[in-house]
Amino acid sequence: MILFQADDISVRFGGIRAVDSVSFDVHHGEVFAIIGPNGAGKTTIFNLISRIYTSTSGRLLFEGQEFTHTPPNKIAGMGIARTFQNIELFPNATLLQNLLIGRHCHSTVGFLPQMAFLPSVRRAELHHREKVEDVIAFLGLQRYRDSLIANLPYGVRKVVELGRALCTEPKLLLLDEPSSGLNVEETEGMGFWIEDIKKDLGITVIMVEHDMSLVNQVSDRVMALNYGKVLAMGSPSEVQSHPEVIKAYLGGDLEDAA
Amino acid sequence: MRHFFRTDYRQDLSLYRSNSERVWYAILAVLLLAGPQILGEFYVGELGGLFIFAIAGVALMLLVGYTGLISLGHAAFLGIGAYVNAVLLKQGVPFLITLPVAGLFTALCGAAIGRPTLRMSGLYLAIATLAFGSIVGTVFQKWESVTGGFDGFAVPTPYIFGIAIDNTTGIYYTSLAVLVFVLWVSANLLRSPIGRAMVAIRDSEVSAQSMGINLARYKTLAFAISAGMTGLAGALFAHYVRFLAPDAFDVLLSVQFITIVFVGGLGSLRGAILGAAFVRLLPQFIAIVRDELPFGIGRLPGLEPSLFGLVLVLVILFQPGGLNGMWLKSKAWFQEFPFKRQTSYRRQKSYAKSERLR
Repeated sequence: MILFQADDISVRFGGIRAVDSVSFDVHHGEVFAIIGPNGAGKTTIFNLISRIYTSTSGRLLFEGQEFTHTPPNKIAGMGIARTFQNIELFPNATLLQNLLIGRHCHSTVGFLPQMAFLPSVRRAELHHREKVEDVIAFLGLQRYRDSLIANLPYGVRKVVELGRALCTEPKLLLLDEPSSGLNVEETEGMGFWIEDIKKDLGITVIMVEHDMSLVNQVSDRVMALNYGKVLAMGSPSEVQSHPEVIKAYLGGDLEDAA
Repeated sequence: MRHFFRTDYRQDLSLYRSNSERVWYAILAVLLLAGPQILGEFYVGELGGLFIFAIAGVALMLLVGYTGLISLGHAAFLGIGAYVNAVLLKQGVPFLITLPVAGLFTALCGAAIGRPTLRMSGLYLAIATLAFGSIVGTVFQKWESVTGGFDGFAVPTPYIFGIAIDNTTGIYYTSLAVLVFVLWVSANLLRSPIGRAMVAIRDSEVSAQSMGINLARYKTLAFAISAGMTGLAGALFAHYVRFLAPDAFDVLLSVQFITIVFVGGLGSLRGAILGAAFVRLLPQFIAIVRDELPFGIGRLPGLEPSLFGLVLVLVILFQPGGLNGMWLKSKAWFQEFPFKRQTSYRRQKSYAKSERLR
């Protein structure tokens, strides 16, 4: 069953075609990896899906509904959450507050009740707190609960960002280079979490990743991009042995490289 | 270091962290209520002024310290609140109606100025709000049929349930009540989704947006709340000065408000109050030492504004946490005595600074 569909999307910045007629679909419950050399347009696709950029042409569909022109602040409410390549947490807030912001798209209380902090607001806050505590327990972040993000090590921040995305209770999770800046051990841990997210929480994942061992470990299907175009799509081993992909990474003709 | 052990999520939602805090606030409340009975009239008057500045300080703190938007036009909001209140009182409307109306009307003005300036931030927003301030100042001067122009007009005496608020004690209690109300509202908002959204916008707009926060809506809301609270302060300010003239609401007053926020310490309601105390006490301090200073420094014109500027620069350079930061540090020093070390609370430089997506 198809959860997300990108139909012939393109985006141009001036003369540069950052994403050029890319089509792919992502099925329920799979981990879909996007790989490619630097500047291939991977993060641009993420920014298109989270509507930070608007595509020049093409359509985006989520659960059969088109959202090509939905405002970016509505995306989280639809059930699409993301992380950023260069962690975009709120550094001057505690971990708990950061995760609570992930609950924002589920908050329904009005302005005046919040002003007076009526019992309805208190109840809603307690409910959010319970959901957040579930995520904290899932990712094992208990000991950092009250620390400021600015004081946390990089590896932990990466996990916190994953947690904040989980707090929105997404159906589709976009992970932008989850292993960047992590050491081998932390990368392995990240891999286990992605597997848990898929198996235990039933969340579909699209990830952009350079670390091929992580891609092999977790992904069901892989799409390789270069210069905004799709080079290959298929299982991790198929894509890695695809001649176009090898050419993109190693350069020159296949014969020269070999 | 004291630790607050928590056994219930409700404790994190409480306004007070512990019972000892409740006791301290109760003692403070008793002292403040007894203030006019203990202190002389001069001090009661000064404290009344301090409360009014503290209201404006809290208002600007929400905007600058929590939402990360700057405003150099808050003197104009103070002025709008003051004139709306005074003009309505002159029409015979009771004070208990003119006060909230002044706040609501100023909030609308705040939303109106907040909306078109949404795409601006930092220096550009400062310039835009500065321009707004000077436009409003000109309106006060030129709209003579309502404001009386440069001649100004005497503010009518307000009555609450038939009691005239015409002395310093009356202003003291009224301002204290409004200050407590404004603090209560601010603290409530800050522990609610709105407060978190404001902090999120301050720290990273792009991820705030991807968490479902409508930037335009919350920035406008922050402007409106801040302006509305400043309007309440303005309404009280009209009675504090008793005579409204347009030159009271110039850019220097806006700079004083900014000084409250920065000297008090960004991102802290307590800081807004401490900053207001500083801004109100500095001129008094200058007046006291004026004659003692050598070489006639005390008689130089412009001593006060330049001292404000100097303190602002020194605080930003050497004490970014402001007075609130100093308060927290000295508290920690006493709690940990004699184990406090210089590096105890120094924030570690983050290893990798994130490149922000703008």
